[in-house]
Amino acid sequence: MGFFDTFFRKKNSGNKAKDRLKLVLVSDRAGCSPEIMEQIKNDIIEVISKYVEIDTRGLDIQITQTESDGDNGNVPAIYANIPIKEMKTKGH
Amino acid sequence: MSEVIVVTSGKGGVGKTTTTANIGTGLAKLGHKVVLIDTDIGLRNLDVVMGLENRIVYNLVDVVEGNCTPVKALIKDKRYPTLFLLPSAQTRDKTSVTPEQMKALVDQLRDDYDYIILDCPAGIEQGFKNAIAGADRAIIVTTPEVSAVRDADRIIGLLESEQLRKIHLVVNRIRMDMVKRGDMLSVEDVLEILRVDLIGVVPDDQSIIVATNEGEPIVGNSSQAGKAFENICRRVTGEEVPYLDLQADGFFKKLASLFRRGY
Repeated sequence: MGFFDTFFRKKNSGNKAKDRLKLVLVSDRAGCSPEIMEQIKNDIIEVISKYVEIDTRGLDIQITQTESDGDNGNVPAIYANIPIKEMKTKGH
Repeated sequence: MSEVIVVTSGKGGVGKTTTTANIGTGLAKLGHKVVLIDTDIGLRNLDVVMGLENRIVYNLVDVVEGNCTPVKALIKDKRYPTLFLLPSAQTRDKTSVTPEQMKALVDQLRDDYDYIILDCPAGIEQGFKNAIAGADRAIIVTTPEVSAVRDADRIIGLLESEQLRKIHLVVNRIRMDMVKRGDMLSVEDVLEILRVDLIGVVPDDQSIIVATNEGEPIVGNSSQAGKAFENICRRVTGEEVPYLDLQADGFFKKLASLFRRGY
């Protein structure tokens, strides 16, 4: 029992601590007030709308963590899911 | 060239004052001229950790308010002739001093001392702002706990936004036995999360408590923590010092004997 506990324990508390820390720091670091998030969202809508018609209700923008291309581990990233209703391809 | 170092952590009770006392003493031991400033106004502690509490006449607020000169307020350490302490005021509060006044004070001390080390109060309010105002570099003390690492992260963010970018980390009170069995964040975990440069790892060591009881810094003595602090001091001066193999000696042997008994 003790043997199995040691080797097959799902997750030890050190790893749990690390995972919890990573999660809590994502929102700590973003330090973005809801108002600023709203402004970012509106600006993105404005820019994208020049080129495509987007579904503003289905829009989802949040700050998350992602692995960086360099080797400095995870970095905060703005994640945006912007559903497109129609491409504005008038010129073609 | 003098250097002003702030020792900070965000969270209280992680070992800022002990670290300040030991780094200051260690640097003096290496022959440098050092001033330690306790910036925790209202909760003075560095004096007792240094064992100098009976010698206080003037304090930080007296100096800032111009009631006495900095030199007059400095307490000479009883062990090392190049080590001095500027104690904090016990009966005042953090608003008695402004960041501008602190900066002016440390700039005044730069001419005469190699290292000016500021013991920062816990928190991120006025006391923190005072302590970092004149600093060239920061040493952040954390312990391998979620709360302490989270606060350290916040502090790093605040320091960077104040353009203080020379930041080093001390991981204090690590227990290698617990890290080994996966029940404590490792130094690597903490570094991966905080992404700052490491300057020292101090094991959880009973000799720190004994030393604090006696008002004697332990830097340089034969304990694991004493050696760790000595190495930190050398790294502060720019020397490259390999990290202690905490598993390999006393610590691990003790652990091994514990296991042998257990099984």
